[in-house]
Amino acid sequence: MTAAAPVMRVVAMGARTSPPRSLWTDAWLRLRRNRMAVVGIGTVIVVAVIAVLAPLVAPYSMNDQYHEKVYYGPVWDTGDWAFILGTDAVGRDELSRLIWGARISLIVGFVPVMIRLILGGLIGITSGYLGGRVDNILMRIADVFYAIPDILFAIIMSAAFRDTWFGQQMGGLLLLFSSLALFGWEGLARLVRGQVLSLKEKEFVEAARALGATPTRIMWRHIVPNTLAPVIVSLAFGIPSAIIGEAGLSFIGLGVRPPTASWGNMLQDGLSSIYSQPTLIAAPAACIAVILLAFTFLGDGLRDALDPRMKQ
Amino acid sequence: MLGYLIRRLLWIIPVLVTITLVTFVMMKATPGGPFDVSSSGRELPKDVQEMLMRRYHLDEPDWKQFLIYVGAWPAETGKDGSPVFRGVLQGDLGPSYQYKGRGVTDIIFAPPAKDRPWWESRFGRTATLGVLGFIVGIVIGMPLGILAAVRHNTWLDYVSLFLSTVFVSTPGFVLAVFLMIVFSLWLKWLPVAARSWNVWQPWVLPSFCLGVGLSAFIARLVRATMLEVLRQDYIRTARAKGLASQVVLLRHALRNSMIPVATVLGPALAGLITGSFFIETMFSFPGMGRMFVQAVGQRDYSVILGTTVLYAGLIALANLTVDLVYAWLDPRITYK
Repeated sequence: MTAAAPVMRVVAMGARTSPPRSLWTDAWLRLRRNRMAVVGIGTVIVVAVIAVLAPLVAPYSMNDQYHEKVYYGPVWDTGDWAFILGTDAVGRDELSRLIWGARISLIVGFVPVMIRLILGGLIGITSGYLGGRVDNILMRIADVFYAIPDILFAIIMSAAFRDTWFGQQMGGLLLLFSSLALFGWEGLARLVRGQVLSLKEKEFVEAARALGATPTRIMWRHIVPNTLAPVIVSLAFGIPSAIIGEAGLSFIGLGVRPPTASWGNMLQDGLSSIYSQPTLIAAPAACIAVILLAFTFLGDGLRDALDPRMKQ
Repeated sequence: MLGYLIRRLLWIIPVLVTITLVTFVMMKATPGGPFDVSSSGRELPKDVQEMLMRRYHLDEPDWKQFLIYVGAWPAETGKDGSPVFRGVLQGDLGPSYQYKGRGVTDIIFAPPAKDRPWWESRFGRTATLGVLGFIVGIVIGMPLGILAAVRHNTWLDYVSLFLSTVFVSTPGFVLAVFLMIVFSLWLKWLPVAARSWNVWQPWVLPSFCLGVGLSAFIARLVRATMLEVLRQDYIRTARAKGLASQVVLLRHALRNSMIPVATVLGPALAGLITGSFFIETMFSFPGMGRMFVQAVGQRDYSVILGTTVLYAGLIALANLTVDLVYAWLDPRITYK
């Protein structure tokens, strides 16, 4: 098989003057033409770079306290460029905390979504491919999970395990990842299952089977790659929902444990001084809004690019 | 139809049982008992702890505690020797460990004072806010979606599409920050902190923030389906018959665009209910959502458990209602 592959490619290229564009090239071209999606990608990249370079970019470290400058105003009030967005209730530089907090938001956007992908993907594939009783049981479980909003479960789980050993790992991030991922897989599982069910009956799968391909090979070579497009779209929309989850949980005092800065717990900290120093809550709120909008533009763009039929 | 309704109602049972069980197990998994420390922060004497544990059946095995909680096992024997059931099935959501002597049901449903009406209870306040949010969602979302579809590819369409994308992606409690700063702090149109929730002013921002996400969602959906529907042959027929364009739009197009909207209303309603946790906290709203969040903060596990069961029941009910509305809107659907 490895020896035959290059030969086949040569034959295919010889038959046409230009190589055929794959779905992915096509989608990439469409995505690049979508102005909003490009703005979205650009914003995400900028935030990601800032987050990675936080130690270099941030003027102060995350938890440096300036006791003589508690609730110090932003630069447009004080004219002092040392603390551009002012300081919070314990004298920590707001801008620096925002920059460090970007790390949390991005990590929380990606990790739970990846866990969901693995969980939901595997369950969906198993369910769709095996069918029968396994499918029935797995899908009934998914139905139950689907009937209840993920955030309610996430709150309960975060509350229950917050004071355990598990809840204290990585500044509460481990618990946050699990509670956001454990109750968010069912949508993806349903999606993958549906795809697998319909792909299973297609001629090319039958052809592969007739050629003697093993079930595992059919699954990973022929079916899974074809489910990718809708899965990617669903993942792209999963990222903002995970970021909202972190912001919400941290806002109500679950989620990321202080003193680790996250945009969510900065909202919580800023709420008490919203009328005396609104910058402290407006700044993280603006950051959350911008990153969510960027991911939504990206998601919309990906959906239009990968599934042209959806476009109006 | 009746068979479908019954099956749909029966389906709620496993959902509720699972949620109650999962929540119960998680609350049991938390370290420390509820009476390790008294509300004043001191450690309670051993015998007091034991007495409290016995009173709340916490000395029983876990499975029995669960059955007692659900109301399937007698909590105690009455004076005449007959078993007394006191659990979720009987409408008792359990005791609160923090508010001494009050049950969760009482905390949620009782008005703040004896002579106050029921809608001033935590549940009543939250329900009122939810209804207002729902109205905001429909009243802003529908016209915006229709307008965008009718004026397809004009600036109106682009503005409404952009706005709805912004509002669909921004959660209400983040939006609330900006609205509070603008309307309460800068313009001073609305009160900074609500002294009383019996006047209309403090309700404006919370209801808007709760409903605006739903409205953006509805606007996007109505626009998409309207565009689809407007291309159908029966719209052309209606136009060709010489019907006024309003009639065509409202009676022919809108009615059919409502069907997909109805399908997503279930999750949307659930979003409204859970969204209230954060909105209520943001505005210090005296409702069930903020009480839940406070209970989480105080580790009042019985209140967390009881409220979760109630929330789960509400959401299951909302989903059922939506399914029925769906059937009523689309006569092509018959349930078997």
